Amino acid sequence: MRPLLVVLTALMLMAGAASDPSERLQDPAQEARARTLFAQIRCLVCQNESIDDSDAELAGDLRKVVREQITAGRSDGEVKAFLTDRYGEFVLLKPRFSPANAVLWLGPFLAALAGLALLASRFRRREPTPALSGEEESRLAALLDDETA
Amino acid sequence: MTVELGAFALALALALSLAQTVLGLIGGRRPTLAGAGEGAAIGAFLGVAVAFAALLTAFITSDFSVANVASNSHTAKPLLYKLAGTWGSHEGSMLLWCLILTGYGAAVAGFGKGLPAGLKSRALGVQGLLGVLFLAYTVLASNPLARLASPPIEGRSLNPLLQDPALAFHPPFLYLGYVGFSVVFSFAVAALIEGRVDAAWARWVRPWTLAAWSFLTIGIALGSFWAYYELGWGGWWFWDPVENASFMPWLIGAALLHSAIVTEKRGALSGWTLFLALAAFTFSMLGAFLVRSGVLTSVHAFAVDPTRGVLLLSILGVSSGAAFALFAWRSPALAPGGVFAPASRESLIVLNNILLTAATGAVLFGTLYPLIYEAFAGAPITVGPPYFNLVFGVLMGLAMLILPFGPLTAWKRGNVVDSAAQLRLAGAIAVLVGFLIFALMSPRKALASGGVALGAWVIAGAASEIVQRTRAFKAPWPEVRRRLTGLPRGSWGMTLAHAGLGLFILGACFETSWKVEAAEALSIGGQVRLGAFELTLKSVGTVDGPNYIAERGQLTVTRGGKPVCAPAPERRFYPAGKQSTSEVALCNLGFSQVYTVLGERRAAVGGGPAWLVRAYYNPWVQLIYLGPLLMALGGLLSLSDRRLRFAVGSKP
Repeated sequence: MRPLLVVLTALMLMAGAASDPSERLQDPAQEARARTLFAQIRCLVCQNESIDDSDAELAGDLRKVVREQITAGRSDGEVKAFLTDRYGEFVLLKPRFSPANAVLWLGPFLAALAGLALLASRFRRREPTPALSGEEESRLAALLDDETA
Repeated sequence: MTVELGAFALALALALSLAQTVLGLIGGRRPTLAGAGEGAAIGAFLGVAVAFAALLTAFITSDFSVANVASNSHTAKPLLYKLAGTWGSHEGSMLLWCLILTGYGAAVAGFGKGLPAGLKSRALGVQGLLGVLFLAYTVLASNPLARLASPPIEGRSLNPLLQDPALAFHPPFLYLGYVGFSVVFSFAVAALIEGRVDAAWARWVRPWTLAAWSFLTIGIALGSFWAYYELGWGGWWFWDPVENASFMPWLIGAALLHSAIVTEKRGALSGWTLFLALAAFTFSMLGAFLVRSGVLTSVHAFAVDPTRGVLLLSILGVSSGAAFALFAWRSPALAPGGVFAPASRESLIVLNNILLTAATGAVLFGTLYPLIYEAFAGAPITVGPPYFNLVFGVLMGLAMLILPFGPLTAWKRGNVVDSAAQLRLAGAIAVLVGFLIFALMSPRKALASGGVALGAWVIAGAASEIVQRTRAFKAPWPEVRRRLTGLPRGSWGMTLAHAGLGLFILGACFETSWKVEAAEALSIGGQVRLGAFELTLKSVGTVDGPNYIAERGQLTVTRGGKPVCAPAPERRFYPAGKQSTSEVALCNLGFSQVYTVLGERRAAVGGGPAWLVRAYYNPWVQLIYLGPLLMALGGLLSLSDRRLRFAVGSKP
């Protein structure tokens, strides 16, 4: 029998690693850009963690790469392209909107629209019974009067 | 000896569940057998309870001849965590699952006195069948009471991260929620067998849904709270597959709560309500499969074992497959329910259901998409938090927009213009709050300000409903008071739950958007700035805990030189498992918190020792937990409504 929660040890490494002052860039604006990018890039060896959170060595290396690219004046898109060229789309936590991923991005909204269409068709199929007309109202009142009389 | 007795009782419970299934299903037509089925249900629960008590005893007495205890406990562990160790492992948690499953069965048998005999007997039969499947799995494939041939002298201990009060109670609440949906599932299958779903059926199902959903809310909130303060950086939701697995039944449960109201009050949507009733427990089982099979990579999964995964998938396939097949076969014959106009409370609840279901679909799809994509495209892909935040956020944002209209619009045929007029003030408050936040908070964030406005809209909307119903500010005070005290508890429960949701949105928006972070290597006496605060490291000492040793840093937090609080975060080392954890220290400032972490020791510039101190200012973070707590309270308050008491409604 294996001990419990083998993978849980990975959690202990989650420690807001990217905030380490020894890694930080001098320029606060560039550092802020780097941090925003970190949150969108996957630590490849971890379980669903961004390189912003992970303490793994590889995450540290990727942070270094991203910070270097930013210091070198690359744009956010260029940095991401640099990473996807090397590691594939796997490295992005937010999948790109591409024909292959269209179903992922649009699926939930299409499902909601389909639900709306179903609801609408229900109203078209079965009109609710119309409210009583003035004449019917007075007849009903007369009938009720008869009852009580 | 106790352990063998427990193992025997577990096998007996399996046999009794089998009897419960047969007697219950036949008893639907032959009332003489129904009583025996109820007895079997109670007996099965007692059997599992004995087995659970045996495992509990083994954990308390640190009986390392039991394999499960040896790998998950340690003599030096505090009693609470010895107890929690019972459900800390895969085998133990499956036993807890079975205990709750049979417990709900026994509750239906014991408390469902007013239920029609046929429905009750069949529901117990179906519940018994679920019991057979899960108990057989536990007895044959994951025996929690297996002995070791050569017991070790000391156990391997529970992961120190899990030795925490919030996490000790997290699984029981979570399972009370997950497994609570089994009752709803059984009632749905029983109704499909009988071919009749009506307002009375919905009324019997709603309390079980309310109970399960409220417990699940507490369970998820406890888990999230644990992550917040235990993982050391203040994250509280990661869209991790395991979290998603618990979130999907919650969303479906929320949809079911609302659609069951329509079925109960108006007799409409009965097919849809049945579908949700089947879906809620299906998602619970899917969660159990995802967490235990290892098909998805998750930061917190149980020890992965593919055979168990296959078995759990089979249980899911058999029970849900059969139930949905029955649904496809029988539901077209269900009587169509009451009609309603496009502008009516029914329509608004249907809209809520569409959005909640689409949101569940987004969570499900996003969670499973990497598997699907890899199977077709051959390349791995990641679907991470940015996807979920965007898609889920848009769908839920729409749901929040329409939420306040629901309770103010009449059944059958309402007038949205009237409801809008009643919500004028709430809308004005929300817009004003949004603009104020946009203007005052720095940095300026439009989207987050919109989120805050939405939270304010939901809260103000909930308040407007109470104001309307009591005619407050219009009628004289005695009348308002009479109306206030006359409001049913179910109505207060709804208001509380909706307001709780609004508070959660406020907390989530503030925390994620205006969190401040600071990290610096500090020597003794060193200072770092955190937003408006100054943090000073006063001293670092060592502490001896019951099963750990720790370094404790004494910090002071000041604001403009004035003392605010003195947190003392720790860095603990557990020799039993050779693991270290950081114990954060929190200062409460209203709803906000200063969150401090003591990190590793490193050399300072001058050569002396320094410690990496990290701190966060988390504005309004407590609302993230207060909100769900109110939602759960609202659910339980509704449950205490006399009209909804289990099966009371069946009395003529």
